[in-house]
Amino acid sequence: MSTPPKIGVVSCSGECCVEGTISRIATRFVLEKLRSDNTVTICLPLFSIGEKGERLFAKSSPTIAVDGCDKRCAKNAIEQYSGKTACSIVVSELLKKWSIENTGPRRELSKDGLEAATKVAEKIVAAMDDIFTRGR
Amino acid sequence: MSDPVLIIPCSGIGKPFGSISREATYCVVEDLKKEETDTLCLSLLVMGDGDAIRSVKSHRCIAVDGCPNECSKKNLELLDAKLVANYRVVDILRDYRHLKPRAITFLDEDGRKLARILAEKITSKIDELNNRGTVS
Repeated sequence: MSTPPKIGVVSCSGECCVEGTISRIATRFVLEKLRSDNTVTICLPLFSIGEKGERLFAKSSPTIAVDGCDKRCAKNAIEQYSGKTACSIVVSELLKKWSIENTGPRRELSKDGLEAATKVAEKIVAAMDDIFTRGR
Repeated sequence: MSDPVLIIPCSGIGKPFGSISREATYCVVEDLKKEETDTLCLSLLVMGDGDAIRSVKSHRCIAVDGCPNECSKKNLELLDAKLVANYRVVDILRDYRHLKPRAITFLDEDGRKLARILAEKITSKIDELNNRGTVS
């Protein structure tokens, strides 16, 4: 039996803002419910302290960066330490596009915030399917 | 807030420990020591954001890590930040073995209890730092 192909989904830490919370929860939804066999998550700060396993995985496998804000810390970290990301998702841009405003506080998302996290998770899954279709 | 202590949690999203470190941080900065503390995204520091780096060099910082990788502590040390204390969820867990946190995305009751215990330890440390007599 062959091992399912893996994609690294790297969320920003985003403790400061609600968009960071949405990016983390969306990533967890993908890992736990939507694509558990194909998803690997990486703690972003592990890159910078020189964790070889993380850097190597992100070098050899496709990665999706999920950032809360347009500072794009996750995307920049992957590209600085490992290589180009296959896809970059910015939650604040999606919330604006979807006109979602009442996401709740950063500590505990509101019902709208959880719905937003679900929609972001679906975007991640669509990006994963696209990567599988085109190879990388 | 003239000289807030910055509480910097790790960004772990793969195990309950990272979620506990974040919840403990929010408990301190939003409930227990709202007027004396603040937090920053660890990923901003990792990616070299100028404002974030100036903040950790000019304010006292407490690192709150989930696991023995100590991403928060190590990144703060790399930046030559004013690190005054550090905590690890795994150490707290060792002292409260009856608590078994399992949930990651949304903390379960044991995870919340551990976060509260850790938050109170951090609060005691802040009192000590601010010369209020309580020593952790």
